[in-house]
Amino acid sequence: MGLLTFKGGLHPYDGKELSKDKPIQEYLPEGELVFPLSQHIGAPAAACVKKGDRVLAGQKIAEAGGFVSANIHSSVSGTVKKIEPRLTVNGARINCIVIENDGEYETVEFSPVTSRERKDIVQAVKEAGIVGLGGAGFPTHVKLSPKEPEKIDTIIINAAECEPYITADYRCMMEIPEQLISGLNLILSLFPEAKGVIGIEDNKPDAIAKLTELCASEPRIEVASLKTKYPQGAERSLIYAVTGRSINSSMLPADAGCIVDNVATAIAVHEAVTLGKPLYERVVTVTGDAVVSPGNYRVKTGTNAAELARAAGGFKSQPEKVISGGPMMGMALSTLDVPCGKTFSSLLCFSKDEVAACEPGPCIRCGRCISVCPAGLMPTKLSEVADHGDFALFDALNGCECVECGCCSYICPAKRRLTQSMKTGRREALALRRKKK
Amino acid sequence: MNEQLYHVSANPHVRDKASTKSIMFDVILALMPATVFGFWNFGGRAIVNTILSVLVCVVSEYAWQHFMHKKITTGDFSAALTGLLLALNLPPEVPFWIPVIGGLFAIIVVKQVFGGLGQNFMNPALGARCFLLISFAGIMTNFSSQGPGTVFDATTSATPLAALKAGEAVDIQAMFLGNTAGTVGETSALLLMIGGAYLLIKRIISWRIPVCYIGTLSLFVLLFGGHGFDMYYLAAHLFGGGLMLGAFFMATDYVTSPITPRGQIVFGILLGIFTGIFRLFGGSSEGVSYAIIFCNLLVPLIERFTIPAAFGKGGKKDE
Repeated sequence: MGLLTFKGGLHPYDGKELSKDKPIQEYLPEGELVFPLSQHIGAPAAACVKKGDRVLAGQKIAEAGGFVSANIHSSVSGTVKKIEPRLTVNGARINCIVIENDGEYETVEFSPVTSRERKDIVQAVKEAGIVGLGGAGFPTHVKLSPKEPEKIDTIIINAAECEPYITADYRCMMEIPEQLISGLNLILSLFPEAKGVIGIEDNKPDAIAKLTELCASEPRIEVASLKTKYPQGAERSLIYAVTGRSINSSMLPADAGCIVDNVATAIAVHEAVTLGKPLYERVVTVTGDAVVSPGNYRVKTGTNAAELARAAGGFKSQPEKVISGGPMMGMALSTLDVPCGKTFSSLLCFSKDEVAACEPGPCIRCGRCISVCPAGLMPTKLSEVADHGDFALFDALNGCECVECGCCSYICPAKRRLTQSMKTGRREALALRRKKK
Repeated sequence: MNEQLYHVSANPHVRDKASTKSIMFDVILALMPATVFGFWNFGGRAIVNTILSVLVCVVSEYAWQHFMHKKITTGDFSAALTGLLLALNLPPEVPFWIPVIGGLFAIIVVKQVFGGLGQNFMNPALGARCFLLISFAGIMTNFSSQGPGTVFDATTSATPLAALKAGEAVDIQAMFLGNTAGTVGETSALLLMIGGAYLLIKRIISWRIPVCYIGTLSLFVLLFGGHGFDMYYLAAHLFGGGLMLGAFFMATDYVTSPITPRGQIVFGILLGIFTGIFRLFGGSSEGVSYAIIFCNLLVPLIERFTIPAAFGKGGKKDE
């Protein structure tokens, strides 16, 4: 298979050399752990423990609040201290279960799922509280239950890891590739008609080589080299690159016969089924020029972000900006006193905030935002429309197709905050749509 | 709470290095070979006029923004670029007040009155040139020169295109290299193409406008030029007049050309057609400047019909 790609996109400085050769280290947290009841898309989970309860690692502490929701498990053994609103990564205060870690890491007994029936596998995934670990946090059991399973012909593992700096998925592919393949095989067992494709950007040739070798004996799995270009790992771009099918915002990947899961998610599926282990750990890249020793850590969910920064040796210099996720789509944190949830893929610490130094000027109509937009939009026009508050026109110009990838703001020579306006426009236009219904 | 708070902003948290300033500077850099050649070719007055033109543009922009209580943006090199382009579009021996009036017209009337950078609907330098051409036709069409590179007097100072139109023979090699009569910056097709190549390689401009423009004009000249497939005649049209300067540096002006990729193709084709009409059937032998400012006015219309198709609405990938 040749190099696959999509139209648009760009090549930011990738910064991966800081952490790509650092093996995954286990990090054990201290003190209290904080578990937000909403770490996923959909209804918040409902707490099923109360203050004073003793819990074990792997014990369910909150129950999914509906079909599109996810269970939450404790990552340590200890005592439930309180349930109260706490500041989380997205800047909102939401209800969290706070557990005092007793440092014993006493774990519940896992019961592997031996059945390979469709419903048992999906049930195991649901029970384990697995959500999309790439960042969106969509409950995986919902993804694995499409309306017409027989129409699914391609399971894509998103191993592009196109966000600069993040190397968590890369380390997983290098260290535990067999678990990735096992997870993918489990997903494939749900869809007998489907083939599995592991899509990897060609800036990770060793991962491509390793997985290609391991998949030689897997008739249903192939490894696809993707052109290194941001946002290659955006779901719609990836589906287009791998299958040539285009979907828009009103469609699901399943409409194109695809299910897309990222590397960490597939590994979580493997652990949930073959080990019976729920999702309460994930690999996090802690990096950036402000960090003493950037690296990749296996982190218990609920760990405080400030602890992670300490785990990476603390700061060389006081950072100006810290980000949860990558530099293109990640969320800037005002404080490090937030818990790492299931979707926390990276803690990025920059000693200088590039954006603050950029004063926006007038649009010079260079058209770069149009040529990089993976959704084929005109960000300069749309941001103007959004800034003027004409959200009906914003929708009419397909503004809701925006995937908020950040390419337009990145490339703009006038340093205009296009993505920010696009995000506002999209939110308001979608609200307008709901109102009309 | 007495802890450190970090910067918060919407994604993305990194930015490309290119800025408005760096782009304008790159365009000025790309014009340098042709400018320096023009200085060498046409001598002292061309140099003084160029400096004057750049100064007037920068100072008038500064003054306007100062007195209108607007942010001063002269540091972005945009006004300087306008001044340089205007100077390159003037005949070598024009009196000193010509670049002064031209610079004022370009910056104040064409650019600032309409809202400044990004808002003007017409290329400021070309708007000023056409204003000067109409107002001071005699001065603006006298291409005599006392320069060290080429000495033309008033009787033999016809530009190659004017000679071509009159049915005289022209020296293609001289036109390619630039030893001909013309405006300060337009004579050397070679050096302008080198500058254009630099802009293409640095991706400051795309191929669409220059290629469609030059391609369409070639076709037009071959079809309607009355010389059949006479390559010599075609080459004279391509290397003569302001075509290379116009196609690479003026038609590609971001502000006054379409932002949509398909629109740029349409724009280039229209430019070729209008330049052809003006050159072959018009009263003057030149046509580039008028074609560009005319097509500048069509840009909003072109953009309206060339909005790109959103991903997922435009059909499937061709295998």
